[in-house]
Amino acid sequence: MTTALDDYREVSPKGTVDFLYRLSDLVKGKSVVHVSAVRYGGGAAELLRRLVPMMTALGVEARWEVIAGTQEFFAVVKRLTDALQGRDEKITEDMYQTFREINERNAKTLSLEADMIMIHDHQPAGMVEYRASGAWLWRCHLDLSQPQRRAWTFLRRYALKYDAAIFSLSSFAQRLPIPKFLMYPSIDPLSPKNREMTRSEINQIVDRLGIPRTKPMILQVAKFERFKDPLGAIQAYRIVKKHHDCRLVLAGSGVMHDPEGEAVLAEAREAAGRDPDIHLVQLPPEADLEINALQRTATVVLQKSIREGFGVTVSEAMWKGKPVVGGNAEGIAAQIIDEVTGYVVHSAEGAGFRLRHLLNNPGLIARMGAAGREHVRRNFFITRQLGDFLTLMKIMSPQ
Amino acid sequence: MTQQTGHKISDSTFAFIGCSEVQESLGQQAEDEKELAELVEEVPLDSIHFHTHSYFLRHRFIERAYPNDFSQWVVMQVGDHVLGERLAVVDPFDYPNLEDLREEIISIIDDHLSRMSTIPRVVFGEPFHFKRSRILEVPIGLEARSLGEFRQVVSEVDVSAIYFHMFEAHFRLGREESDFSAWIRSGLDLHELADRIRSINPYLGSLERLRSSLITVCDEFLARV
Repeated sequence: MTTALDDYREVSPKGTVDFLYRLSDLVKGKSVVHVSAVRYGGGAAELLRRLVPMMTALGVEARWEVIAGTQEFFAVVKRLTDALQGRDEKITEDMYQTFREINERNAKTLSLEADMIMIHDHQPAGMVEYRASGAWLWRCHLDLSQPQRRAWTFLRRYALKYDAAIFSLSSFAQRLPIPKFLMYPSIDPLSPKNREMTRSEINQIVDRLGIPRTKPMILQVAKFERFKDPLGAIQAYRIVKKHHDCRLVLAGSGVMHDPEGEAVLAEAREAAGRDPDIHLVQLPPEADLEINALQRTATVVLQKSIREGFGVTVSEAMWKGKPVVGGNAEGIAAQIIDEVTGYVVHSAEGAGFRLRHLLNNPGLIARMGAAGREHVRRNFFITRQLGDFLTLMKIMSPQ
Repeated sequence: MTQQTGHKISDSTFAFIGCSEVQESLGQQAEDEKELAELVEEVPLDSIHFHTHSYFLRHRFIERAYPNDFSQWVVMQVGDHVLGERLAVVDPFDYPNLEDLREEIISIIDDHLSRMSTIPRVVFGEPFHFKRSRILEVPIGLEARSLGEFRQVVSEVDVSAIYFHMFEAHFRLGREESDFSAWIRSGLDLHELADRIRSINPYLGSLERLRSSLITVCDEFLARV
């Protein structure tokens, strides 16, 4: 479903929509093509699915191309993703060659004529070798702060050929002699994951997930990965549980075909033991309404990650008026205003301490929740990111 | 026009301009207070502007505990409350240009460090990342020809226009006073009101609070005429 920009008047800060119309006047008729690896799944796809129609409606010739690759190629780029995020992965010369060939094939078949070409993440990054016209920008959604050296050396050769790179945070960037812009990710308040829901709709979904609504709920929405620290979340819950009869819900997408996910889920199950108030919920892919309902049901939200790409689940929860207790991963700390919209913590004990403090103070939950909702409205809406893209188009595309 | 003609139509219209900011990382970072001072000395003035003035553009609604990025980092990441407090009371409004503001910040950090036996540094927190912004002016198509119209537009305009006319015009573009007080003085010939608007210190709160102050001053004036 396409959402018109005018639909955001109700939820955006005063004057935002009119401002975006005026801003778009500066780039009307210009063209942009976004290129990503997949059409479904992942933050880039979720963003582009909503952003591209909005740009088109504003008079920008916006297109979204998705690269075609073989199974072998996607296995290679998965390894590259892990290596760029610091995991120890072996990538052979043959694998790099696969990357080059698929990028070349896509560069020759996709229509990349535009004033601005925005390449999302590393999978299609090699197409810059075949650039013809327009400004080429590389939008890196990954945390490149500690990449495996060889993987980054390989990718860096391509990065240098861009006119600019865009990162989510300064600390995610590596040294590059091209302009490095910064752009926070965003949430769409009108998407199924964030739209308002009726009480009965929420209850129906939560009941379907088998979670009783009889106790205060601490919620963490995250994949079952070590970086998300589900065991730390359980440890924090146990500290709280001594004083409050509450429930912990750890909800994440399924772990099928994911050996690490299966292992982490098994460890979490073992840590949970027979505690009937710990719920490990495996959600189907793109379970937007389920996540929305859980976040709206939660009393407080926990994001106990040690490392995060950015972690927009924090903004999603704050938009629903929930204070967030978050680990000191950079993306999370960038979203929470410590002691105003939630707490940034450095340990499972810290998380337990802050959660306990919040559950002891219902008035504080309401105050922090309200401040968080306004903070997200001003800083983490898709309308802000649309403005960022339009501004970049004006700055970077040829006159 | 006299001071009593708040509803009079001016011959000159005030055209509101908003702005959009894109942040750019300079790739330089400080991990202790000495490095902070050295880099404050070295980075382009645009970066000093970013970490002091356009701080407000990024925190439009919620007032943070410390009113510029330097004091915020020193307190929150290094844990040096004394330096943080000293940097927090630096009022950019007191300095005629960014170079003078830069010198004041360096002088405060150097003076602080001269009294310390060790240099405070980040242990568990994050380094200070120097940035700057590229600001795009956006004519937003709203105009005022009277004080009543001016007050109405101020109440509903995107808050970036308040930032542009109160901060950008005055400090980065070097205009003698904010665009608002200048127009009220020359366009509406309302000197007393212009002086009152000029006396509003834009650094003492968020942009939304600044919007409220502007509306209050206009309302008080309109109620008298």
